[in-house]
Amino acid sequence: MNNEKLIELRSVSKSFDCEQVLRSIDLDIHKEEFITLLGPSGCGKTTTLRIIGGFVSPDEGDVIFDGKRINDMPPHKRPINTVFQRYALFPHLNVFENIAFGLRLKKTPEKEIRSRVKEMLKMVNLKGFERRSVNNLSGGQQQRVAIARALINKPEILLLDEPLGALDLKLRKDMQVELKRMQRQTGITFIYVTHDQEEALSMSDTVVVMAEGRIQQIGTPEKIYNEPVNAFVADFIGESNIVSGIMLEDYMVSFAGQKFKCEDKGFEKNEPVDVVVRPEDIDIVPVSESMLTGKVTSVTFKGDYYEIIVDIDNFKWMIETTDRVAVGATIGISIDPYEIQVMKKSEFSGKYGDYSSFSDELEHLSELPEEEK
Amino acid sequence: MKKRSDGLLRSAAAAPHVVWSVLFIVAPLIFVCYYAFTDASGHFTFSNITGLGNYAGTFALSVCFAFIATILCLLVAYPLAYCICKLSPRSQKILIMLAMLPMWMNLLIRTYSMMAILDNEGFLNKALEAIGLSKVRILGTPGAVIFGMVYNFFPYMLLPIYSVMSKLDSRLIEAAEDLGCNGRQVIMKVILPLSIPGIVSGITMVFVPSISTFYISQKLGGGTFDLIGDAIERQFQRPDTYNVGAAISLVMMLLILVSIAVMNRFTDEADGNGAGGGIIV
Repeated sequence: MNNEKLIELRSVSKSFDCEQVLRSIDLDIHKEEFITLLGPSGCGKTTTLRIIGGFVSPDEGDVIFDGKRINDMPPHKRPINTVFQRYALFPHLNVFENIAFGLRLKKTPEKEIRSRVKEMLKMVNLKGFERRSVNNLSGGQQQRVAIARALINKPEILLLDEPLGALDLKLRKDMQVELKRMQRQTGITFIYVTHDQEEALSMSDTVVVMAEGRIQQIGTPEKIYNEPVNAFVADFIGESNIVSGIMLEDYMVSFAGQKFKCEDKGFEKNEPVDVVVRPEDIDIVPVSESMLTGKVTSVTFKGDYYEIIVDIDNFKWMIETTDRVAVGATIGISIDPYEIQVMKKSEFSGKYGDYSSFSDELEHLSELPEEEK
Repeated sequence: MKKRSDGLLRSAAAAPHVVWSVLFIVAPLIFVCYYAFTDASGHFTFSNITGLGNYAGTFALSVCFAFIATILCLLVAYPLAYCICKLSPRSQKILIMLAMLPMWMNLLIRTYSMMAILDNEGFLNKALEAIGLSKVRILGTPGAVIFGMVYNFFPYMLLPIYSVMSKLDSRLIEAAEDLGCNGRQVIMKVILPLSIPGIVSGITMVFVPSISTFYISQKLGGGTFDLIGDAIERQFQRPDTYNVGAAISLVMMLLILVSIAVMNRFTDEADGNGAGGGIIV
């Protein structure tokens, strides 16, 4: 990744049928960057991608490519290719012809087409699949053909719209590694759309968290995870306890009726804030040495750790620990200053981060596919 | 025991269909074959078939008219179907209903009304005169017959093409644009190849009735043209020429079967997995 800007979105807005899906998006995408647009469904991430691809034109704002405004440039003239959700392979063409499609349009000599398709098939691990019908391929294989079909054109940018959404977990993990490898190998800028936070964190150079048509935060995966800017980001990326607090002064915050040292500064004196503490960052200590004490209301064995819900002054905290504790026990907890992340209040304050209604059983049920319910 | 009663039930349920097929499909075919290979007194003969050389001109003219009508239908229906597919679902419904509307009326009545419009003293010529142009003789020309075929059988071309095209995944079109297709290339490289099943169904469904029609040529052709349908009808008007009529029918059926077989071969190649969704004839 280098610092040259390739795509710039300047206050881009879009609405469909009076519903505002993008509200003044500003985004810079750099050369050779692997950038992921992450957010729940309906947050505007796919629309952003389609605006970059040229399939949707923004109501307001500019799309700038390499310094030139390209708002009105049709998709076929943009040096951008797309891997579509559910692939969109041409059913009337075999694997070879699907991949060769873009080159044939450019009137590339037959000999070059043959060698480049072969090279692409090797890269996506589909050697010898040339004559196969795309209709008889598995989901993972179709996925690879779609990637090869896009990458063979040597685009400046590759757009990927939830490309792994239809694959099973094992295949997803493998493809994540492979996509990252392909991106490094080709040096092409990847713009990746997903709602899967783990996928976003493990693959990207930069993560763009979106919600309600706005960009909430842009940053490296570590920064997004460790220093979320608001309750939405903190909650969407990983598990988190989010409590209301008061920033007493620089490096000193109060919440849950106690004062805590922290590493944040630059807030107004006594400014109301949201405080986020990750469940794995909370230590269980003897009550005598503790900052806060509470009663354990549930313990769930998760394999390499226990997930504990603790009631502290009627706020339910989640703690991930390797220590074994009993339900009903009173425990003390301690939080190190660098584990406390203080965030400004936002429209999302109070909506997330309390585990009082949390239940593993419910979470499990909601994740089950329809037919298994 | 249960299995046997199941089987009985199943054959009982199929019985009406079997009886219907035998009575109204198989039996008439047998009659056609019987008459085609016998003379008026019921003796076996090939003379009906060998004598068909006299009708070579009729066959050629019918094939020619049907072919032109089919091509015209295709040329009009394909772009129309494409345009309809681009509209809102509501407008699509209305336009397709409008296209089908004439089919609610009897073919013969439609043809008669077409006569009234195209006649020398008809609506069209009166209108031409009213705006100061000279009359045009339309009835009795090949154009009138072909126009009649196109007018009557047009929906059979439009509907299968529309039904295939409207099911076309819009992301395939986006994918084509994404890979560098301009508007014309999207049509040639994606939409056209993927709508071949509809085109083939449409061609079959227009060509078959066009080649066998008789009233259109009689009414709009003013008796100038003798098509296969007319020849068959004429033979069956008189009891003593049933055999020749049957022979012509048999040859025509074979002709149609061959052309359908050729067309189907074409779709099989274009659409190896039968995933196109066209109407199979």
